[in-house]
Amino acid sequence: MQNLGINVLFEGTTLQRLFEGLMMTAGIAFISIIIGSFLGIGMGLLRTSKSRIVQFICRLYLEVFRIIPILVWLFIVYFGVTNALDIHLDGEVVAVIVFSLWGAAEMGDIVRGALESLPKHQVESGKAIGLSFWGLYRYVLIPQAVRRMLPGAINLSTRMVKTTSLVVMIGVIDVVKVGQQIIERSIIKVPTASFWVYGLIFILYFIICYPLSKLSKKLEAKWEN
Amino acid sequence: MNKENHQVLLEIKDLHKEYDTRTVLDGIHLRVHKGEVIVVLGPSGCGKSTLLRCLNGLESIQGGDIQFDGESLVGSNVDWQKTRQKIGMVFQNYDLFPHMTVIENILLGPIKVQKREKKEVMEQAAQLLEKVGLSDRKDSYPRQLSGGQKQRIAIVRALCMNPEIMLFDEVTAALDPEMVREVLDVILGLAKQGMTMMIVTHEMGFAQAVADRILFIDEGRVCEISEPKEFFTNPKTERAQQFLNIFQF
Amino acid sequence: MDINWQFIISTLPLYQKAAWITIKLGFWGTLLSLVIGLVCSIILYFRIKVLKELVEIYVELSRNTPLLIQLFFLYFGLTKLGITMSETTCAIIGLAFLGGSYMSEAFRSGIEAVSKTQIESGLSIGLSQMQLIRYVILPQAFAVTMPSLAANCIFLFKETSIVGAIAIAELMHVTQDVIGMYYQTFESLFMLVAAYLIIILPLSFLLTWLERKVRYAEFGN
Repeated sequence: MQNLGINVLFEGTTLQRLFEGLMMTAGIAFISIIIGSFLGIGMGLLRTSKSRIVQFICRLYLEVFRIIPILVWLFIVYFGVTNALDIHLDGEVVAVIVFSLWGAAEMGDIVRGALESLPKHQVESGKAIGLSFWGLYRYVLIPQAVRRMLPGAINLSTRMVKTTSLVVMIGVIDVVKVGQQIIERSIIKVPTASFWVYGLIFILYFIICYPLSKLSKKLEAKWEN
Repeated sequence: MNKENHQVLLEIKDLHKEYDTRTVLDGIHLRVHKGEVIVVLGPSGCGKSTLLRCLNGLESIQGGDIQFDGESLVGSNVDWQKTRQKIGMVFQNYDLFPHMTVIENILLGPIKVQKREKKEVMEQAAQLLEKVGLSDRKDSYPRQLSGGQKQRIAIVRALCMNPEIMLFDEVTAALDPEMVREVLDVILGLAKQGMTMMIVTHEMGFAQAVADRILFIDEGRVCEISEPKEFFTNPKTERAQQFLNIFQF
Repeated sequence: MDINWQFIISTLPLYQKAAWITIKLGFWGTLLSLVIGLVCSIILYFRIKVLKELVEIYVELSRNTPLLIQLFFLYFGLTKLGITMSETTCAIIGLAFLGGSYMSEAFRSGIEAVSKTQIESGLSIGLSQMQLIRYVILPQAFAVTMPSLAANCIFLFKETSIVGAIAIAELMHVTQDVIGMYYQTFESLFMLVAAYLIIILPLSFLLTWLERKVRYAEFGN
């Protein structure tokens, strides 16, 4: 090989640009996880509601996200909602909206699972010492539930990080898009550029997701004991 | 009836078993003659279940020898698959395969392992089921049976392999008291037919009725081997005496 | 909002064809994933040297990277090293690479759920290791793990939405094209969602039914 293709990664500002793209990806993921978590906690509390109607609506909301692929949701908001309301939304904004709403649905399910797994006598003994509804949640249920939902929540974060790779499809200049630009620029000179660039992006995602999923597994194992 | 002049079927010589650094069996010696029923007694954790499990290759051993039918069961070249066909074992938790019907449970070994004719095995299974009083349950799933019924099926499953010896590991320990009898009756029946057996149990009355000899183990050692009448009325060791006192009110 | 029914009817054949492609990809992706998952979990069960480590590395790589990147790497990256394959082959391999690790994890936890005493009781009637796997462990593991397998199957059918990125005319890709060409955004998206509902909902009901059916035969103890 006269020219090692891997050099394509170290030419000029390539690495820096990829890093900037990665920051865009990470930013979208981070903001969505935060918003999704807050909405999801509310959702989880709603889902423990006794009202059948509330339960049904929340369940429907979750199923709607589970049945329709996330990429379809990105399209619906990016093309459909903007069209219907006659507004313009940047891909980044669309991504944050969709991921947050999706995160809320999944997070809600995790919170519900955690709350329901708490032994019933916890609620009863909380009530027995005269705690109010909010006091019950604030001092008894939430602290215990947090421990139980942490592995699931971290797992969800990993899933959301991985899913952010899709934002390239709605025109966001993320790490994948930057990668594509670099490949296009150097494809004549370095035919193997796509191997190295996509290989690097592959590794970058792995570096972010692997520790998260390891952590989640560890917490899960700890919780089981 | 004294069976000590019958042929020796199973011989255990200086058996040692260790878990990590803890010694579980510490030099066990025993000869089991053909047709003999040995009941193994001892306080919990004394190693009596482990002893049975060693005989069936479910536990590795750290020293000594086991001879079955003149062949050693120690070392890496033992064909356990072949040996286990001759050593039937029934466990405490009547582990029938939950996804198979009673008859499928019984047929699995004879047909898949021993490659016998289905028709012939079916006939044998029918006879055995008849004997344990469960002919009508052959197409039931385990979940539809009571604990006592499951345990009787587990015995039939082992018997259908035509074993030369049966090992019973606390087979009534997990049962409701009212179901214990039906299982013990089956084992008593087997004893009458001359089946060689080693039985770990906590049912003292049963032990006395079924055993040719009682093997009393404590802390991994054989404390006493004697005929049941003698063991229960006049135990030789203090440990055995203490053990028996627990069962008297 | 006025719905252009004329448009919907005229693009129906296009969507129909795309839906079949989605189903085909999902089917083969799931099937291959099941095979890979099964093989991997058996390797893990027997702790086969070297292979076990390879499986562990594969599972981590596959689970911790996005499908889109896996596909791009396969389709654009590897072809540049002289390994060429058709889009469809590439998509199915990508889906199987992703799904295999999910299925492997599902089978593994199912196998772990089979009690030790079941294994011992299988051994005690003289079953060989392979017979033990086939007659005792797998049927029970399968029942335990059926819900996970079903979830993975749905997941893989949804993930087919991503393979449009490597120029396969499945539902997403067709929708993108149609929106680009005719600007009938609402109708196109409507067709897209309808198509997914028509595929995923019956599949989900089928799997739930299957789950109950499989479970019925298991667990009595």
